[in-house]
Amino acid sequence: MPISINPQIMREIIMDHYSNPIHKGVPENKDDFLSVRMDSDSCIDDITIYLKVENDVVKESYFEGIACTISTASTDILCDLVLDKSKKDALYVIEQYQNMIYEKEFDEEAVGELIAFVNTHKQAARIKCATLGSLGIKELLEDKKDV
Amino acid sequence: MIDVSKIRKDFPMFNNKTQQGHTLCYLDNAATTFKPYSVIEACNEYYLNDNANAHRGDYDLAYKVDKKVDEVRQKVANFINAEKIEIVFTSGTSMSMNMIAFGYGIKFLNKGDEILLTEAEHASNVLPWFKVAEMTGAVIKYIPLTDEGRLTVENLKSVLTEKTKVVSVAQVTNVLGFLSDMKAICKLVHETTDAIVICDGAQSVPHIKVDVKDMDCDFLSFSAHKMCGPTGIGVLYGKYSLLQKTDVLMSGGGDNARFDMCGNVAYLQPPAKFEAGTMNLEGIYGFGAAIDYLNSIGMENIESYEKELRKYAISKLKTLQNLIIYNENADSGIITLNVKGVFPQDEASYLNSKGICVRSGEHCAKLLKDRLGAGGTIRVSIYFYNTKEEIDQLYEALKNGGDFLDAYFN
Repeated sequence: MPISINPQIMREIIMDHYSNPIHKGVPENKDDFLSVRMDSDSCIDDITIYLKVENDVVKESYFEGIACTISTASTDILCDLVLDKSKKDALYVIEQYQNMIYEKEFDEEAVGELIAFVNTHKQAARIKCATLGSLGIKELLEDKKDV
Repeated sequence: MIDVSKIRKDFPMFNNKTQQGHTLCYLDNAATTFKPYSVIEACNEYYLNDNANAHRGDYDLAYKVDKKVDEVRQKVANFINAEKIEIVFTSGTSMSMNMIAFGYGIKFLNKGDEILLTEAEHASNVLPWFKVAEMTGAVIKYIPLTDEGRLTVENLKSVLTEKTKVVSVAQVTNVLGFLSDMKAICKLVHETTDAIVICDGAQSVPHIKVDVKDMDCDFLSFSAHKMCGPTGIGVLYGKYSLLQKTDVLMSGGGDNARFDMCGNVAYLQPPAKFEAGTMNLEGIYGFGAAIDYLNSIGMENIESYEKELRKYAISKLKTLQNLIIYNENADSGIITLNVKGVFPQDEASYLNSKGICVRSGEHCAKLLKDRLGAGGTIRVSIYFYNTKEEIDQLYEALKNGGDFLDAYFN
């Protein structure tokens, strides 16, 4: 599996999105957003994800709550990656990310900075952390109802 | 005194086990404990030689199983100084606590009655009472804890009233590990009210000598798997007169003498009336072996060894400036801490990468969060088979614990 960036950069990506998440917060007019609360059944991670989808395109994305470094950083990066993408393209990103996490073939270009989580399988107990946000976004995008 | 290196030979889990390339260092004994060969063999014994159901066979094999269940019940009774008929086998502490809440609480509590808990209780000693309060109109009140999180008799006194009907508290709390003076608590409650005292013994019975007659609690719950026994088996102890008054939570085969289609049921006497359905028989076999094993070491020896090991651990960990220790003065083998600036689960997964098993999170005492001022903590919990070398392994890992992403990129 090609890993094109070095561990130091991967660390920086994770720490940066953990310490200064871009998408963390509750949107004003949150009623205009699709939202889902993701409680982890195995740890204290507890985040709510907010997506605004207009004409099949993700226009805004936020998350709020308490979560570990891995959950926080991966959700923040994902919130960024799905922005301005059609539902279909956004779901493709999530699919590729999940493939990466579960050590399958994946499209490295599609996962972008999420490549920082490529070693998650070495710490199998963290797979739930690394996928918490992606499962929430997927759930929202697959929801039939549009706002 | 305990010979730990000899003891460790009794446990398959200490036989050259590794985790992430390091010697396995198991410090999550408040969650569950390792089992010695003798316990595993006793479980096997049921399937290899005795495989019959209890209570209902007319043949030798079934008689043998009945006899064994009876023997283990006596062993459990002796272990906590109870009578054999006061020992109900359950699936564990959670089930025992639910049986009391639903079998006693719902039957005897009325609107306005008060249930006293603390903020340090395990979910199993909180959630069933939420339901009881909802169903009966009883009110839950929390006994204030001291600033460090301890339950004292004085604090209990401040909230105990004639409306108090239930006081349900852990003898040793599962996050902070403080030991409460249950004897004094029971004395106060019984002398000043007609309330019952329920003791959650999940974190105490495995580690210290518990004597229900001396303590004078009304009910006591504990689990075998936290004391070297199998999972899925535990105990509800109750004073016999209370067990007789308590309704069954689950009814069915094996708990009644007769019933007819008009709805008339003659339940058996306790403990049988609480043991409907086929019990966890292999678990009971293993539980008996676990009690034998603990007795062979001696509960006093276990208690004093754990105290010494805790002292050693605290003295070492205290020297690390990057740690916050939340319960330095606790009495049990539970040490609750955080590495400054590191989310507890991130730290736990870093420790995993060093071969160390600890628990991170809220440890089911979600109510305690506000008091600790921490979203979560790392819980280190020791047992009599842990060593100073394992504490050193933890110390070395925590020393560099701020660099938790190492776990990801090693």
